[in-house]
Amino acid sequence: MNTAIGRPVDRVDGHAKVTGGARYTAEISLPGLTYAAVVGARIPSGRVESVDASRALSAGGVLAVLTHENLPKIAGQPRLLPSLLGAAAPGQSFFPMQDAAVHYAGQPVALVVAESHEQAQYAASLVDVAYRREPSITAIDEGRDRVYEAQRLFGGLMPGRDERGDVGTALAEAPVRIEAGYRFAANHHNALEPPATTAVWEDGRLTLYDSTMGIRATQLTVAHLLGLPLSHVRVITHFVGGGFGSKAMTWPHVTLAAMAARHVGRPVRLALTRAQTYTSNGHREEQEQRISLGATRDGRLTAIRHHKLSITSHFDDWAEPATGVSSQLYDVEHYEGVHSLIHGNTMTPTFTRGPGETLGVFVLETAMDELAYELGVDPVELRLRNHARTDPRGNPWSSDGLAECLRLGAERFGWHGRDPRPRARRDGDWLIGTGMAAAAYPVAFFMPEQRARARVYEDGSAVVQTGTQEFGTGVLTVATQVAADALGLPLESVRFEAGDTDLPNTSAAVGSAGAGMVSAAVHAAATALRDRLVAMAVTDADSPLHGADPAAVEVADGRMRLRDRPETGETYADLMIRRRLADAEEVGSWTPPPLTTPHGLLTFGAQFAEVAVDPGLGLIRVRRMTGVFAPGRVLNPKLARSQLMGGMVWGLSQALLEGNEMDTRHGRWGASNLGEYLVPVNADIPEITVEFVEVEDDVVPLGIKGVGEIGQVGAAAAVANAVFHATGRRLRRLPLAAELVMDPPASS
Amino acid sequence: MRPLAYARVSTVAEAVEIVAADPAGAFLAGGTTEIDLVRLGVARPDLLVDINDLPLHDIEDLPGGGVRIGALARMSEVARTPVIAGRYPGVAQALLLGASQQLRNMASMGGNLCQRTRCAYFRDGVSPCNKREPGSGCSALDGLNRGHAVLGTSEHCIATHPSDVAVALVAFDAVVHTAGPGGARRIPIDDFYLPPGDTPDRENPLRHGELITAIDLPPAGIAERSVYLKFRDRQSYEFALVSVCAAVRVEDGLVTEARLALGGVGTKPWRSRLAERRLLGAPATAESYAAAAAYELSAAVPRRHNTFKVELAQRAIVRGLTQAARGGMR
Amino acid sequence: MGIDLTAEAARRRTPTVRGPSEQPVVLTVNGTHHAVALEPRVSLLDALRDRLGLTGSKKGCDQGTCGACTVWVDGRRVLACLTLAIACEGRQVTTIEGVATDGEPHPMQRAFIEHDAFQCGYCTPGQIMSAIALIEEGNAETDEDIAEFMSGNICRCAAYPGIRQAIKDVRDARERP
Ligand SMILES: Cc1cc2nc3c(=O)[nH]c(=O)nc-3n(C[C@H](O)[C@H](O)[C@H](O)COP(=O)(O)OP(=O)(O)OC[C@H]3O[C@@H](n4cnc5c(N)ncnc54)[C@H](O)[C@@H]3O)c2cc1C
Ligand code: SF4
Ligand code: FES
Ligand code: FES
Repeated sequence: MNTAIGRPVDRVDGHAKVTGGARYTAEISLPGLTYAAVVGARIPSGRVESVDASRALSAGGVLAVLTHENLPKIAGQPRLLPSLLGAAAPGQSFFPMQDAAVHYAGQPVALVVAESHEQAQYAASLVDVAYRREPSITAIDEGRDRVYEAQRLFGGLMPGRDERGDVGTALAEAPVRIEAGYRFAANHHNALEPPATTAVWEDGRLTLYDSTMGIRATQLTVAHLLGLPLSHVRVITHFVGGGFGSKAMTWPHVTLAAMAARHVGRPVRLALTRAQTYTSNGHREEQEQRISLGATRDGRLTAIRHHKLSITSHFDDWAEPATGVSSQLYDVEHYEGVHSLIHGNTMTPTFTRGPGETLGVFVLETAMDELAYELGVDPVELRLRNHARTDPRGNPWSSDGLAECLRLGAERFGWHGRDPRPRARRDGDWLIGTGMAAAAYPVAFFMPEQRARARVYEDGSAVVQTGTQEFGTGVLTVATQVAADALGLPLESVRFEAGDTDLPNTSAAVGSAGAGMVSAAVHAAATALRDRLVAMAVTDADSPLHGADPAAVEVADGRMRLRDRPETGETYADLMIRRRLADAEEVGSWTPPPLTTPHGLLTFGAQFAEVAVDPGLGLIRVRRMTGVFAPGRVLNPKLARSQLMGGMVWGLSQALLEGNEMDTRHGRWGASNLGEYLVPVNADIPEITVEFVEVEDDVVPLGIKGVGEIGQVGAAAAVANAVFHATGRRLRRLPLAAELVMDPPASS
Repeated sequence: MRPLAYARVSTVAEAVEIVAADPAGAFLAGGTTEIDLVRLGVARPDLLVDINDLPLHDIEDLPGGGVRIGALARMSEVARTPVIAGRYPGVAQALLLGASQQLRNMASMGGNLCQRTRCAYFRDGVSPCNKREPGSGCSALDGLNRGHAVLGTSEHCIATHPSDVAVALVAFDAVVHTAGPGGARRIPIDDFYLPPGDTPDRENPLRHGELITAIDLPPAGIAERSVYLKFRDRQSYEFALVSVCAAVRVEDGLVTEARLALGGVGTKPWRSRLAERRLLGAPATAESYAAAAAYELSAAVPRRHNTFKVELAQRAIVRGLTQAARGGMR
Repeated sequence: MGIDLTAEAARRRTPTVRGPSEQPVVLTVNGTHHAVALEPRVSLLDALRDRLGLTGSKKGCDQGTCGACTVWVDGRRVLACLTLAIACEGRQVTTIEGVATDGEPHPMQRAFIEHDAFQCGYCTPGQIMSAIALIEEGNAETDEDIAEFMSGNICRCAAYPGIRQAIKDVRDARERP
């Protein structure tokens, strides 16, 4: 049978995207549409003393100016929980404009609604806000005297500390020790589409067009904040211009749009400006990490201590968990992972691609590189020697593949025969180096039951639906493939529909979990429907399949037939027309395995990079990258490759370009646009090789472990390790800016 | 964006008259600086006078060997014009290494000379900034100043002039032609850029309503063997950390003529006359280049985050001169 | 001279001053004339997206820093976010909606699909407008040129290698007789 799964089919939404036909949230046009603009606080801490909206109100086209003085109070503040959980997910447990307090720069202090976008933006600049500034803490350096250890992270979901054995003693007794501390500048997602929401009220019911990675999270959060029945809130999302975590939670502007629309009695579109995205949808927090490795002379790890310190908001204990991989990847008896926090005047940080582990693994894998040098062991070999066979509880991995990834990567990259001596290869002004890192990322099963609906029409065409959303992962395409195969229909006969909370419920697509859980639900629905139609046929006296064992029936090209006598059978259409069925429909669901499943859950991979470094000028060029991954079942290699490659570029970018500094005097970010916060352009990106290692996994849904994060994890470490190989210098900050990379002046 | 009136004009006289008459009037060429700054609320004109229909687009040979570049010639056109690419390679390279092709298709040469600094405090519209609001203070002095200047700074402003092509133009003594309410003027480009001093808001000597009509490049001479090198964090679509325009004539192993200008490190496009003088008669060696660079940079005043720029410029100058001495491009 | 040089007088005297209120403007987009009422401050990008319903051109920054709004004006690729709509009167504007012929996608559009040169698709119309122009400009000869001259279009999903491959395909197909 010609199956769609596993084939590199083109994106089903490709045509819409290349022709400009795909509509993103800020492109929904509605009769009577008005435009909202947010006024963000200039100060990081203090109070709004007064707001004078008179100039704004007298500007052309202005319909309303909302401030803490006239904005209605919210009905209730939902708890901060990751949207994957399927509950309300407010991003932070603080809602602005409820009183005069200011907790971070950029916090909304006023909202202007006008007839046109230009009028709203201009009037926003005319709102005169007087502030009383109070002392603030906006960077780690300002809050070192108030560090506390986090009890729980991620809205209470994860412990802040993870311990086993006796790390102190084990490190003290270790024959070889590596200790290093790192500083990481804050990162911003910078999805190319700035978040936008369009809100429409009709008879007390609210429809939100929202640029989100989780329509269900938006529905739950807004309903909770506004005290509406869930049945009165519908969220629609056709296309999302990238998320990377920034749209995984429901940030205040979404609810503010709804409140503004209720206030003016007309639809409101609220699109954040690029600058506002730096203070409106979370960020990867500024952080420091320290790691200590203890090992034997023959290169066996005995102990790891891994500490993270970061800055969070005043109201939430949020830190990206950074120790999920360092605690599991290697077979080490003594382990201690600790997260410490400082309450500061920033908004609550949030998921940013490869949340937590991407920097946690950077630290682990650069330390492993140092250990390899210390011991004179090849870095690939050192990983192979220490890779854990089970998770720390002794459970086998649901599937592994790390060793295969490392070996295949080394081969494809041409690692063998590498001269490990730093600064040994030159090409003109450039020093050449190569580096590698292991990659791993936890598979998360926090989500509730996921549902989908499948319907076949009497002509044999099908519609399959679920409430997920497309933001570049290719979920529309892979779900179509899964549905087509399960129903036994050609791809062209299946239309997959998503992006509407009126459809069956799925959770936000975060942490690489999207494709797997959606596919599993779609598979369940489509299989149920096929089974029902087959059952109908074998019990129908007029069917050629009458009396057959359903298990002996297969479906191909919309025709049910006996597996060993394919000439006997009939199409769905024949059956349905005869039975006067205009359509047939089933809902299917998938429930994740319990959190206590006796399996280790990590996705594995290996990263290799070659860099050229101009040590005089501090320039780094990545010349090539090879990534090998074992993400379980690959539904569509073409799309999976794209996502993995995208992740590798994010790793490169994290190593070389990305970082924002806080101006602590003003409590404002130094960079707030794409000219200053640098992300890679075409010329920065070399050719990239992506390979797969096949692993069977019957624990995760349909055997899919996900490709959203694993491509990024380890990539920055491979680049930094290559920079060390090129220059002989260990740099303990990211990004690797010119001033760090340049050889110091000869005189000093 | 603030409300704007708009006028499209077809003669230079009309353009000058209408802007001169309106204190809140401004010229609009490619708009890549002007529209950006109006949207940010940093520029506050009430009237934009669109000069794109003026007959100032041509690039023509001057009698005697120079070239006249119309103020409205686009960066991308100038870069690909054979006389420029052939006789002033440093100018063409500077153009091609600036901005992106879309911006170069929009941006005019006149507008390029008038572009404003990318200092984030200037652009944010709220931080104290003497350039934006004279007397309010300079947030960069003790702030995030990695991208700021080390040469030509004052206690009132340390903003870098961002233009690339202006660096090449100052290296080769271009002349700016203007038409204004008081008539026409010729301004040597090095005088076109004013050091910040205590009036950083005044960047050039143009009077309100004075229009740049053309930029003249004198006969090429040494410019024919010029190079322009630009160093930055990202490989493209970014302003310079440091850039170098250099040209060197070497006879019998000795430097007989040298031009050197720097971008990314000065409050104006930085002609390095000290280094040039030091190079004359010196052996064409890396040591001489380093000595000349050190001499030029001895006046540098680095700040907390841009200290590295002094050393970076030092090394970049040596690279530039070495490459130029090897005979030009590549 | 006795001429009243005040701003008000200049505006009264010169008939060409328009606005700041809404003005009748005719925009020629993809060969079609559109008569619209626009304030002069409206950008070409907002005019296309909010007034003409041509939402294929994207707004990623509104500051000239991303390239998502790339369109052609008189055949050259420019950024619609830094262009005033009123300044485009009398000029030919081409957007992503105008590159297909008779409903047939442009070869570059097909090549983008084939090489999976996008993920979220938000940068894609701008990339394609740049990519087609790139070949016309003669800036697609070498891999280095393609990378450099496409660097004004940021793709946060990082589909850069696919974008380069799509461009090479189209370039090579054109060169083959
Ligand atoms: C994202 C981005 C990146 C960039 N990167 C670079 C770079 O790397 N290197 C670089 O050099 N530049 C760079 N630029 C700047 C760009 O080159 C300038 O914005 C451009 O050259 C300005 O020309 P314009 O025609 O668009 O000027 P406009 O924006 O139209 O005008 C700029 C100013 O000059 C005035 N003006 C315009 N023409 C005249 C005239 N003839 N006479 C008198 N006054 C006039 C205007 O009133 C206005 O005040 C970048 C710009 C952006 C947005
Ligand atoms: S450096 Fe100049 S432009 Fe920047 S803040 Fe200081 S005065 Fe303003
Ligand atoms: S929207 Fe125009 S360049 Fe980003
Ligand atoms: S495809 Fe998402 S930004 Fe390019």
